[in-house]
Amino acid sequence: MSKDVAITPNPMDAIMASRPRTLYEKIWDAHVVETRDDGTALIYIDRHLVHEVTSPQAFEALRVAGRPVRRPELTLAVPDHNLPTTPRRDANGAILPIADPQSAAQLAALEVNAPAFGIRYIPATAKEQGIVHVVGPEQGFSLPGTTIVCGDSHTACHGGMGALAFGIGTSEVEHVLATQTLLLQQSKSMEVRVNGDLGPGVTAKDLIMHIIGQIGAAGGSGYVIEYRGAVFERMSIEQRLTVCNMSIEAGARAGLIAPDAVTFAYLKGRPMAPAGADWDAAVAYWRTLHTDDGAAFDKSVVIDAATVEPSVTWGTSPEDVVAIGGRVPDPQDFADESKRVAVRKSLDYMGLTPGTAMTDVPIENVFIGSCTNSRIEDLRAAAAVLKGRHKADNVLWAIVVPGSGLVKAQAEDEGLDRIFTAAGFEWREPGCSACLGMNPDKVPPGERCASTSNRNFVGRQGPGARTHLVSPAMAAAAAVTGRLADVRLLGVTSNP
Amino acid sequence: MQPLNRVDGGAIPLGLKNVDTDIIIPAKWLKTISREGLGAGAFETLRAEPGNVIDDPAYAGAPILIAGDNFGCGSSREHAAWALGDLGIRVVIAPSFSDIFSGNAVKNGILPVVLPQDAVDRLMDIARQGEPITVDLETLTVTTPYQDRFAFTLDPFRRDCLLNGLDEIDLTMARDAAIGAFETTRTSDQPWLMRGTAI
Ligand code: SF4
Repeated sequence: MSKDVAITPNPMDAIMASRPRTLYEKIWDAHVVETRDDGTALIYIDRHLVHEVTSPQAFEALRVAGRPVRRPELTLAVPDHNLPTTPRRDANGAILPIADPQSAAQLAALEVNAPAFGIRYIPATAKEQGIVHVVGPEQGFSLPGTTIVCGDSHTACHGGMGALAFGIGTSEVEHVLATQTLLLQQSKSMEVRVNGDLGPGVTAKDLIMHIIGQIGAAGGSGYVIEYRGAVFERMSIEQRLTVCNMSIEAGARAGLIAPDAVTFAYLKGRPMAPAGADWDAAVAYWRTLHTDDGAAFDKSVVIDAATVEPSVTWGTSPEDVVAIGGRVPDPQDFADESKRVAVRKSLDYMGLTPGTAMTDVPIENVFIGSCTNSRIEDLRAAAAVLKGRHKADNVLWAIVVPGSGLVKAQAEDEGLDRIFTAAGFEWREPGCSACLGMNPDKVPPGERCASTSNRNFVGRQGPGARTHLVSPAMAAAAAVTGRLADVRLLGVTSNP
Repeated sequence: MQPLNRVDGGAIPLGLKNVDTDIIIPAKWLKTISREGLGAGAFETLRAEPGNVIDDPAYAGAPILIAGDNFGCGSSREHAAWALGDLGIRVVIAPSFSDIFSGNAVKNGILPVVLPQDAVDRLMDIARQGEPITVDLETLTVTTPYQDRFAFTLDPFRRDCLLNGLDEIDLTMARDAAIGAFETTRTSDQPWLMRGTAI
């Protein structure tokens, strides 16, 4: 150190307890190991999820420095990003090799590193395997009020459980493995309050896309968002995870929804959730995790749910959102010159002409999956649209990638896989897949994809791929009609 | 980590808004298990365009990159910082950065400098003229040969780490006793929180 830094354990504990606090402040305060004079806090990390892509360099650095993992039981490792979604065993049950040697080496590294450092590892062939952000809540590893990190920006997802969850880089992965803490500056707090009810056929995905369109891709930078309002209280955990998942697309490192009876009911009996007397103690604590009356947010955004329609993106930033009844915007409509330049570039990349109705945009690919929308409710919503229908002839490739092996098994129990395959979809093994196009699942250059994932960046789903973000029901509607379509006009009334 | 005190040199006038980490380093480059050699994949899509600014010989070897709002948004991949470092970039100047990227940058000896849009526009002009820019972390200023002088801020901890090339893990390991005390309290008050996968 260049100078001595005084360190005070849990400053102002007593004062903190008496002043009204936001949910974010409560979770933050409960995890401060100590605060440095420069304001940086050492924050305890309760849960750490590790996958194959952002961890090898961290494990290697630990090995070189001869450092152990401080609390191996607080980390859970599972491969997802780079794993092919084709069958993992042959007809005789033997494990199939991974064709791409680099992917195989990266996956093998995790398989070796996790047990070598004493970390629980879920293998690619286990039924519990899946996308980290699906597996965490599903296993009861992600709990309300905990701090959760992962070398993946969509860690914000776990905020749907009432956890303070955020993505970290590989150096921070190493830091958490070695010390179970992170050095952090407290973020500002933003309330996104949604009043009223969502209309029929409007989903959690449409709402969060609408919110991002309103606050912008950088609007949440430096903030932790808390989503508030009866709409969120009525949501299932799956829907809350979808909302919090995309907080990062508004620039916010984390998003939160206060835990409640829905959260507790979801968690009870999950393999890694507290049980017995622990359960009662945990629930008693979780009930204190809400923003106090009178607590102040640094910023407030109010949204009227009635104005939200099924949403689609037209550009290459998640803020490029329009209602399905809308049109491709004209660069001239934007006040800011740098945004005009960005819009021109986006439209050029997307091959779209200003003024085109979104429902006139044809689609060649449909991807249903990703940590945003690959849980059982998402698959049910898509299947409800596809039941008794078939994808349009111009849709060349349509795949469903369940978020985990357990989601896949449940969907198969409910017969959803047969609805998908009858509609012309491929039914795949769990993983990240075409969300980031790292494994062989890619959208061909110049083709469009109606995708339930979270990023429409240039080249995200494969070089030259053109992504339109939508909800699962809207992806199914696009598959059936061969173009972006308003699912509300397809007359879907019941569950499959 | 390589300490950073003062950086003097040319700047690449990229100028785009919302440059996400998929643009900085596409997914296919993430299959590596090493931190090295990622400069080859940096800005791959952009560099496929003839006449792109990254490969413009006028900016060869420039240690500074100038960009628009929200630089480094999207994926948390630290590969983005490794790729920029491998290109020889030591400073990125922009009106705003994503939180995750700026943390990753500092840990790899790259300084994120936040300046207002008009200052960034001015520096873009200077860069396009091929004039050098000086970024001084001691004095927290960016200066040009035309007497421009822009002050910026950086949180004191990050500044200290960069100036002295400090490793955060070493700093935290030195606080082992405090972490241990926190864990002891936690284990007695909320044992269920400490069980994790060992339930
Ligand atoms: S599904 Fe996509 S966004 Fe989610 S963890 Fe995987 S790559 Fe990241």
